[in-house]
Amino acid sequence: MVTLNHYLILSAILFSIGAAGVFLRRNLITILLSIEIMLNAVNLTFVAFGRALGSADGQIIVFFVMTVAAAEAAVGLAIVISLFRHRESLNPDSFASLKW
Amino acid sequence: MTPLLIAQIVLTLFVFIALLHSAAAMVWVERRLAALLQQRLGPIRVGWQGLLQPFADVIKLMFKEELRPRAADPLLFALAPIISATAAFAAFAVVPFGASTTFFGLLDEPLKLQVADVNVAVLVIFAIASMGVYGIVLAGWSSNSKYSLLGGLRSSAQMISYELSYGMALASVLLIGNSLSVADLVNGQAGVWFGFIPRWFLFLQPLGFLIFMTAGIAETNRAPFDFPEAEQELVAGYHTEYSSMSFAMFFLAEYINMVTVSAVATDLYLGGWHGPFLPVSLGWIWFLIKVGALLFFYVWMRWTLPRYRYDQLMAFGWKVLLPLSVINLLATAAGVLYFGL
Amino acid sequence: MGSETIAFYLFGAIAVGASLLVIAQRNPIYSVLLLIGSFGALSGLYVLLDAPFVAVIQIIVYAGAIMVLFLFVVMLLNAPHEDTEFDERVHPLLRPGPMRFGAFLALVLAVELWWALARGGDTGAFPGGSVTSVSAIGKSLFTDYAFPFEVTSILILVAMVGAVVLARRDTPRERRERGGA
Repeated sequence: MVTLNHYLILSAILFSIGAAGVFLRRNLITILLSIEIMLNAVNLTFVAFGRALGSADGQIIVFFVMTVAAAEAAVGLAIVISLFRHRESLNPDSFASLKW
Repeated sequence: MTPLLIAQIVLTLFVFIALLHSAAAMVWVERRLAALLQQRLGPIRVGWQGLLQPFADVIKLMFKEELRPRAADPLLFALAPIISATAAFAAFAVVPFGASTTFFGLLDEPLKLQVADVNVAVLVIFAIASMGVYGIVLAGWSSNSKYSLLGGLRSSAQMISYELSYGMALASVLLIGNSLSVADLVNGQAGVWFGFIPRWFLFLQPLGFLIFMTAGIAETNRAPFDFPEAEQELVAGYHTEYSSMSFAMFFLAEYINMVTVSAVATDLYLGGWHGPFLPVSLGWIWFLIKVGALLFFYVWMRWTLPRYRYDQLMAFGWKVLLPLSVINLLATAAGVLYFGL
Repeated sequence: MGSETIAFYLFGAIAVGASLLVIAQRNPIYSVLLLIGSFGALSGLYVLLDAPFVAVIQIIVYAGAIMVLFLFVVMLLNAPHEDTEFDERVHPLLRPGPMRFGAFLALVLAVELWWALARGGDTGAFPGGSVTSVSAIGKSLFTDYAFPFEVTSILILVAMVGAVVLARRDTPRERRERGGA
């Protein structure tokens, strides 16, 4: 029997994998991919709760989250491209020139 | 294992094999039609009227050496044709090609002539079309050669640009048909007006049909939109480095995509399997005739029109076709609102 | 062991496995492709949750558009694998101190999640329901949520313009005005 708890635990696992990716990876594109994993975990939570509470609102919020994620991916990748043009590197540590 | 389940499995296998044969038939049709349009004979020697020519082609391709450039990424190089071919076959899974039938009473309930009846079928077709882009872009990248990379990037940019107009033309049909299931849309086109004009959505949406077919031709990378794989421009574009059966898979994917676009256009605009003089249970004959007509149109376009240059192609997609499809959608919405179609 | 349970565990395993490989891979192209696999599994999970519209939209938007964008960027930047001179030193977060703290924090969070889920009285089983129809979502979207819908379209426009501006190279005239390359 698959219950709501199963979905919540799965979503928590996916979210923590995404968060680990953001902290541990040193490649700007992989960091953006990990952010997408986190957003997907949240989507799963919304849809699961929407199903458990019997309303379609969960799916509508997922619709908006996906749209915002698309916009954010586009702008994020544009920033990555212009950063790459400056330093020829995708490692966030190479953009540390403002550190004292 | 009820009889219905067995019938469904048989149907799935039947559709798969029928698609393979349709690709083979398209090879022959294309070569003979091209010859006819160019006032020459074409293949007439292999079998009666050259009908065994596609099989000869396949056997020749099988015997070629399977090459892989040393600098190519082995996993992606092998994966790309698989993705292309799989997406091409999968898109046909939600296209119905005949009315529900009980096979003369052998089955208890009618079997829909559709591999999977999803009630969001139109969106599924669109989704699988967007997955087909990956086969091309990965082929271009993994071959690690400049012609392939340019061809792959151009081809995939073209496909995702024309997907927008494709989707909007689909959306306009949905407004009239009031359902996302393709079978419902076809059944909404049964019957005639004034006794002889069939109730096809083509007559309600002429501009939409033109947009759909144009976007479909661009989606399948066929002339006049085949710049990314044109011989004179880019050697062979994204499948330059492929030979033998991998090349055959790309070839197969292209023809099956053509068949799928024609089948979807038939279901959405030309009334699917409804037609005069035949009972609905034999409607699949009409379906085949209509799909055949659209495929003839495809081949005819290829050998008649010169190809668009890449920047002309992209400009056409974004600056002409997309605004037209938006206008079509708005006009359809206004029409549905005011005339209660 | 109903078919729904098997499907849930299968899709869940694919989603988790693919996500783990995404963050463990060196080659960014493989990361993108594995993430597409993960999205496919999530789409299957949405179908299990009686949300076919969201499942198909997930494929169309995420797997079919956003990931193509990522793939294009990775290819055009010809992103090398991670730079070796930065990789040679041990990452500050991978030293023993932070690792132990991270493990402790993860344990605390897992225990808290377990506690929150276990103290709910009901098992959290799903009520009987039907597949959400697209027309219900559409009605709600255009009546209750009409304002966010319109705002989202402006958001996409802003993002499009922003992306084009950010990724643009200077035109020759701007380069001259700036005083040379």
